[in-house]
Amino acid sequence: MWRIGTVVAVHDETATARTITLQVPDWPGHLAGQHVDVRLVAADGYSAVRSYSVASAPNLERRVEITVERLPDGEVSPYLTQQVAVGDGLELRGPLGGWFVWRNEQTEPIQLIAGGSGLVPLMAMIRSRAASGSSAPFRLLYSVREPGAVFYRDELRKRSENDPSLTLTYAYTRTTPKDWPRPPGRIDASLVANAAWPSKLVPTCYVCGPTPFVESAAGFLSACGNSSDKIRTERFGPTGGRK
Amino acid sequence: MSAQMNYLDGNAAAGELSKIFATDLTTAEGRCAHCGTKKRFAEAHLYMQCPGVVARCCVCQHVLLRLANVRQQVFL
Repeated sequence: MWRIGTVVAVHDETATARTITLQVPDWPGHLAGQHVDVRLVAADGYSAVRSYSVASAPNLERRVEITVERLPDGEVSPYLTQQVAVGDGLELRGPLGGWFVWRNEQTEPIQLIAGGSGLVPLMAMIRSRAASGSSAPFRLLYSVREPGAVFYRDELRKRSENDPSLTLTYAYTRTTPKDWPRPPGRIDASLVANAAWPSKLVPTCYVCGPTPFVESAAGFLSACGNSSDKIRTERFGPTGGRK
Repeated sequence: MSAQMNYLDGNAAAGELSKIFATDLTTAEGRCAHCGTKKRFAEAHLYMQCPGVVARCCVCQHVLLRLANVRQQVFL
């Protein structure tokens, strides 16, 4: 079932990513971590569907935020990041997927690992945790190309400064801020072992990013002793799939 | 990127499956007919580089589901 959402706000997160806020009158509500499918239809009837994670916490205002990263050869993302404007309507299907979700009754430690725009559904979990007053301890390990590519930078900083139970670790893959202790590079076993919850605390782990990133991150979590049934993954590819 | 790195999670099929099933099939637990592994559908490996989607067991790669869109019809 396709619903129509009206764009009520747009906000550039980085030079290539934009958050779009939609008002969806018949939105049934969502859980943190769920996604929506967005359908664009051309004048000649050609249509393209892409999946985007919901970035916003569940709310009563029937508002849905998505953050879209522009892909150089994308069919849908250039439109969503460069042309869509307040007042436009977008076709949405969702909320979708009940597995990669965090519910506010979960009290166990939560380990989030994001690769690039894989942060989006994990941000919905961080926001949902705050909105619900949950005290579940969260750790986020965020692998990102460079400082300018960080999504929600100020919000993440403020949230972690005001909340000792939310810990952030950034891993820059290409360029680091000045005097950053770790040289640029992909996440590795020792970083995951140091930044993630010890497996003896039995955290639930949520890993989202491009497929090769998720493969390695989930592998490092397993190597640290986390059981595979405590590791939930959401992979995305350049087209067709999520983001 | 190798062929083995071209898959997503069964979770990503939620929208396509919603065309056919009224409830969220991705959270359903099932047993692979080939290797016997019991997993949620969301944990399957999903291949979308085709006119539809193919879901495979994340342990033995046995095909669990095929869904194809042909014109206005969906074939399961």
